[in-house]
Amino acid sequence: MTVINTILVPLKRVVDANVRVRVKPDGSGMALDGVKMSINPFDEIALEEALRIRERGEAGEIVVASIGAQACTQQLRGGLAMGADRALLVEVEQDLEPLTVARTLMALVHRENSQLVIMGKQAIDGDNNQTGQMLAALWGRPQATFTSHLSFGNGAATAMREVDVGMEVIEVDLPAVVTTDLRLNEPRYTKLPDILKAKKKPLETLTLADLDVEPEVQFRVLGVEPPAQRPRGVKVQDVAELVRALRRKELI
Amino acid sequence: MARVLIVAEHDGQALNASTAKCVSCARSFEPSAIDIAVLAGDGGAIATQAAALAGVTGVVRVDHPANEAALAAVAAPQVCELAADYTHVFGPSTTFGKDLMPRVAALLGVGQLSDIMSAESAWRFKRPIYAGNAIVTVEAPADRPLVATVRTASYQAAEASGNAPVREWSTDAKLPDHTRFIELRSDSGGGRPDLQTAARVVSGGRGVGSKENFDLIYRLADALDAAVGASRAAVDSGYAGNDLQVGQTGKIIAPNLYVAVGISGAIQHLTGIKDAGVIVAINTDSEAPLFEVADIGLVADLFEAVPQLIEALSG
Ligand SMILES: Cc1cc2nc3c(=O)[nH]c(=O)nc-3n(C[C@H](O)[C@H](O)[C@H](O)COP(=O)(O)OP(=O)(O)OC[C@H]3O[C@@H](n4cnc5c(N)ncnc54)[C@H](O)[C@@H]3O)c2cc1C
Ligand SMILES: Nc1ncnc2c1ncn2[C@@H]1O[C@H](COP(=O)(O)O)[C@@H](O)[C@H]1O
Repeated sequence: MTVINTILVPLKRVVDANVRVRVKPDGSGMALDGVKMSINPFDEIALEEALRIRERGEAGEIVVASIGAQACTQQLRGGLAMGADRALLVEVEQDLEPLTVARTLMALVHRENSQLVIMGKQAIDGDNNQTGQMLAALWGRPQATFTSHLSFGNGAATAMREVDVGMEVIEVDLPAVVTTDLRLNEPRYTKLPDILKAKKKPLETLTLADLDVEPEVQFRVLGVEPPAQRPRGVKVQDVAELVRALRRKELI
Repeated sequence: MARVLIVAEHDGQALNASTAKCVSCARSFEPSAIDIAVLAGDGGAIATQAAALAGVTGVVRVDHPANEAALAAVAAPQVCELAADYTHVFGPSTTFGKDLMPRVAALLGVGQLSDIMSAESAWRFKRPIYAGNAIVTVEAPADRPLVATVRTASYQAAEASGNAPVREWSTDAKLPDHTRFIELRSDSGGGRPDLQTAARVVSGGRGVGSKENFDLIYRLADALDAAVGASRAAVDSGYAGNDLQVGQTGKIIAPNLYVAVGISGAIQHLTGIKDAGVIVAINTDSEAPLFEVADIGLVADLFEAVPQLIEALSG
């Protein structure tokens, strides 16, 4: 049986998926004051998968890590309550581009001597879908992106990937990076005793300097605007009227 | 002057339409070169198709047994070598491009721009964030290669009217063997049009209620000669395959006609259909958010309305 010593699971603090965010009227950014923040949904799935791997006896320790402001400790505590063993906060005030996040995770992988990183395929704020692939490149290791089923054997992982044409199965040697798709699993709910227990689990705070990472800004944001609105449509009374409307638009 | 390299997406036999959309994006800022790299086991036919795309200045054919399956870890070092001659390296924002391009960027030591929806210049672009709730304009510095993915729903495919030269190239780099392709499972929709390129799409949601009932969606699609799509809830419930999911984490599509049946219209779904020509919604709940974006809304029970519609279309 393959036993992985340490699984690293990055958790990004993002606006909750159910919040409808809006652009600030002056176009300087998003109106985020007081909105509900959560663990990025794909990262929660990543953590759930890591927990299941450990519960099967295929992994030792699970470390969750967040890169961001002090407030990320909320999400890290949430991860500890779900079942992670330790948490790392890399405290940084500004938003980082995926390449710098990947470099930071690379440093954490070395520091923790981790053989497997399971992370979200995409953060639902920036929708970049880059960091896992970049980490795998920097590490010179395989990537299994958009994974919806994962198993281990003989020092390798077999991943089923959700690709545009269906499901792709690949095999990757460990160490490796896995990024999660929505159907990999359904994350568990945490119970109150777990939340209380999580308060006693170790949470260490680091800086980018501790990890020897220089934040790099390549893309300059010139402005943010709301998307173009579609003109308001019409309601039809019945199927006959629907068919007439489609004919008028020459769609049938 | 900008020189753009586009990494071709294909299935081993034919070029995917996403590549022709990347060409249109590149053409929009008038670079001095648009070359297409075809990495394949035997890329002859694909290279010919790529060479025919209007605006393309050259095709680089990279045949290698390791390129038989499209594995990002294998393709990335080759694309990086080729990238030396270019200012821009583009791929489509399909699962193929999303897998590959960030790996290429990180190997080159640069960042990556995801989902270009329009170009204001060779270095200034718009892209969606927050599931399309906002559009951000970003500027990239001209002193390093710009690696990016192109949001395919934002562009029309370049037409096939050209005839660019094809050259062959091979890598000296040692290609990794730590990643192995095992198999591809696809149920290719029973000969129906492809969801990503279809002119018409009929999608079903949780309201359809069961896998058996989803047959109704297929029948309506057939009556309209449309591709079939689904909401996440429909896929999660097993009514439809994952490759049919439309939305933020599924496919972003731009058909002329989109018919949503029993779909509420969550923001993550709507982001996948923003560029559709005409959106039709059929839903029992007149307050469903889908009606806010629908051009034609019908408040009705789908089990009555859809059979009537099939009948009217076949009559
Ligand atoms: C990170 C993240 C990513 C996501 N990505 C996607 C994505 O890519 N694509 C996606 O679709 N979703 C996505 N979702 C899920 C999304 O938030 C919604 O949960 C999902 O779209 C709901 O699907 P639905 O509209 O089919 O189901 P519901 O919201 O349950 O809507 C069902 C609708 O059917 C109607 N209905 C019921 N019975 C009938 C009937 N007899 N006749 C007519 N109408 C009927 C109801 O009125 C209702 O409006 C994502 C969510 C998250 C958190
Ligand atoms: N600031 C961050 N802290 C922790 N993890 C992150 C951070 N940013 C990105 N990630 C991880 O990278 C994944 C992909 O993010 P992205 O490439 O930004 O879409 C996320 O799902 C997280 O797992």
